[in-house]
Amino acid sequence: MYRSFLLQRALSALAAALLLTAASAGAQTTLRIGMTAADVPATTSQPDSGFEGNRFTGLTLFDALTMWDLSSAEKPSVVIPGLAESWAVDAKDKTKWVFKLRKGVKFHDGSAFNADAAIFNFEKVLDKSKPHYDARLVAQTLPRMPTLKGATKIDDYTIAVETSEPDAFLPFNLTNLFMASPAAWAKAKSWTEFAKAPVGSGPWKFVRLVPRERLELEKNVGYWNKNRVPKTDRMVLMPMPEPNTRVAALLSGQVDWIEAPPSDAIPQLRSKGYQITSNPYPHTWPWQLNVAPGSPFADKRVRQALQLAVDREGLRRLLGFNAVAAKGVVFEGHPWFGKPKFDVKYDPVTAKKLLAEAGYGPGKPLKFKVQISASGSGQMQPIAMNEYIQQQLKEIGVDVEFDVIVWETLFNNWRLGAKDPAARGAQAINVSFAWQDPFFGFARFYDSRMVAPRSVNWGWIQDPEMDKLVAKARGSFDAKARDIALSKLHERAVEESYFLFWVHDVGPRALSPKVKGFVQAKNWFQDFSTVSMQ
Amino acid sequence: MFFYLLKRLALVIPIALSVTVVCFSLVYIAPGDPLSTILPSDASIELIATLKKEYGLDKPIPVQYAMWLSRAVQGDLGTSIATGRPVNAELGRAIFNTLILALFGSLIGFSLGLAFGTIAGYRQGTWIDKSVTALAVTGVSVPHYWLGMVLVIVFSVYYNVLPAMGAGPSGDWMWDAEHLKYVVLPAITISVIPTAIVTRTVRALVADILGREFVTALRARGLTDRGVFWHVVKNAAPTSLAVMGVQLGYLMGGSILVETVFSWPGSGFLLNTAIFQRDIPLLQGTILALALFFVGLNLIVDLVQTALDPRIRRA
Repeated sequence: MYRSFLLQRALSALAAALLLTAASAGAQTTLRIGMTAADVPATTSQPDSGFEGNRFTGLTLFDALTMWDLSSAEKPSVVIPGLAESWAVDAKDKTKWVFKLRKGVKFHDGSAFNADAAIFNFEKVLDKSKPHYDARLVAQTLPRMPTLKGATKIDDYTIAVETSEPDAFLPFNLTNLFMASPAAWAKAKSWTEFAKAPVGSGPWKFVRLVPRERLELEKNVGYWNKNRVPKTDRMVLMPMPEPNTRVAALLSGQVDWIEAPPSDAIPQLRSKGYQITSNPYPHTWPWQLNVAPGSPFADKRVRQALQLAVDREGLRRLLGFNAVAAKGVVFEGHPWFGKPKFDVKYDPVTAKKLLAEAGYGPGKPLKFKVQISASGSGQMQPIAMNEYIQQQLKEIGVDVEFDVIVWETLFNNWRLGAKDPAARGAQAINVSFAWQDPFFGFARFYDSRMVAPRSVNWGWIQDPEMDKLVAKARGSFDAKARDIALSKLHERAVEESYFLFWVHDVGPRALSPKVKGFVQAKNWFQDFSTVSMQ
Repeated sequence: MFFYLLKRLALVIPIALSVTVVCFSLVYIAPGDPLSTILPSDASIELIATLKKEYGLDKPIPVQYAMWLSRAVQGDLGTSIATGRPVNAELGRAIFNTLILALFGSLIGFSLGLAFGTIAGYRQGTWIDKSVTALAVTGVSVPHYWLGMVLVIVFSVYYNVLPAMGAGPSGDWMWDAEHLKYVVLPAITISVIPTAIVTRTVRALVADILGREFVTALRARGLTDRGVFWHVVKNAAPTSLAVMGVQLGYLMGGSILVETVFSWPGSGFLLNTAIFQRDIPLLQGTILALALFFVGLNLIVDLVQTALDPRIRRA
């Protein structure tokens, strides 16, 4: 009798355990992320809010013809096939490219991705005669692909893309042009309506949008890349612009992941078992110098002197070591770094010597003004960092004054250039930038044609040698040749020191211990598909 | 009373028009580009000029104002440049969320303020009066931002009994316990200043009224404390209501700081976002709605005061 009682109890326990296992196996996993954006980035297929928008409502819901490889934390992130399986430039006419599109891809609404769908998405930013052309999408897209001219259909899975001049950077640019479902747009009839229920082909499908509060996504089990079908069932994105709010939300368990925790909260988060991930990515925090005649920075010795005058390790300490000392536009080890003859390091003795050669010293101190912002995306901690640099430069007899303005105004002034009255006499400007795209990292600054109003060669660099190097990089259609050309361009950029390179951000994130499998790529974008919840 | 009402209503029109001029022109006084909300950093001047034309921002400012006003009087506040959504829809949702916060903030603030102020006024000069005064001064001095964060640290992080942010677990408000938990900390934070101000005002009023001769006369005629209390309330009511009305307006304006700390999607949070994005239609629409609300609220408070106090009517 006792034996049968024990057997009964054992069987009940086994049944309970099996039921629990079944229940947890059936339970949905949800990843909740606190973003730094003040609103959910636009879900029109061309996100706003800068690259954070691309990260959360671009690459999740949509795909582009070309995409970034986000699978490795060690290797630099490179461009790989997306919805285009391959592409090649026409050997006879380098303004024409042929893209072979991937077959068998379906949008979330079941409609097929093909050449017509691709052309539709080029037209939305290029062809004013089309009903799906939209000024807002143009604003978010065209500055990132300055030579894109048009696209035509060759057959159902082949398109030709045309540029205004030979431009080897096009595959990089096209990572920013996301493919929306034309069928979904046809039902919505406007991008504002489309944004309420966006349809792409990405690894995540739209579930629900509460403006300014949350975006809910679910995994796309039918995603064309089986390696990137998300391991988490759902993802919820919440705007939390206030850094302390993000930390509190993580600590109280309201979210599982926050972007950009403040540096002073990181030790506390670590001590409580939260994961802090970081990795250098294509970001640079510099001072861009006015090198036009009449500016003290027209003299290379002055530029190089200041490059050597600041202890970047001290800057890293200020940031809780959440930064990498910069030695150029790109970080050391990147294929574009090259072998610059000028070594960016801390050498105040040589800095003083160079200044003296240029005619500056105790009797004639170098004085100049820098336009900076109090905050801003990618600007890290601008006031504290700039003041540190100011103190360091003071030690070699250089007086720096700051003109502190609102971030949006700083942007505006950046576009207007150093000669515009908006510069208010500043000889340098502090605007951080992304360089994962060679146009973003080099061409728009160093090409002499890119002065205002065309682009952001704010400092009026007019260097024929630089122009040749930019043209060579732009005209190098073989990937290896292009990387070599870019490394030569980078070498000159460092030697000429038209920018003072201070640090690279490392994109810190804080994750709950329940979050597993995240690989932080050396990229502004990240892949959420590999993340699972314990 | 009727003519007073007519006179006050007639005054609302020029006040409202002046408000629209100020709302419209303020955003143009600030430096920066009105399209910076949708333009990435490297947009060229040429592209900006093209887009300004698309959005009608190339027209002279008086023309833009006239067009905006003619739409606004018909209830159309335009479209947000940043989101493409109608400003009315954005504002409607934000104001609803701020109303919830204002409702609970004012319930806490006004009831505590009335209670503390009355007790302190009746116990003038005692340790109770001094304690209440000290609390009121602290309440008015302590920064919102800091207090909100401290409450979050204590109740959300340390004790984990209340959420740290947001207006609910799902984004749609519901009148249930789960959603009410989200309003507790921001409502307490936002109620501190109104509590302090109402306390101080009511305390001063009650103390003053209790010292008047007519109160002595009422007691001499044998009126009970309860009866005297009713007279004190009637005499203190007009000024107290005026102060509470102003505080309600302040709560309705939505505290940018409190709503940002708690990511509460109200009108303050919306205004904050619109300012940083320089989303002109949204900014103009939000400022106009909040300013007109103040104008309306002041009118109601004046009318209620007039109804309560015959001396104002006779004047």
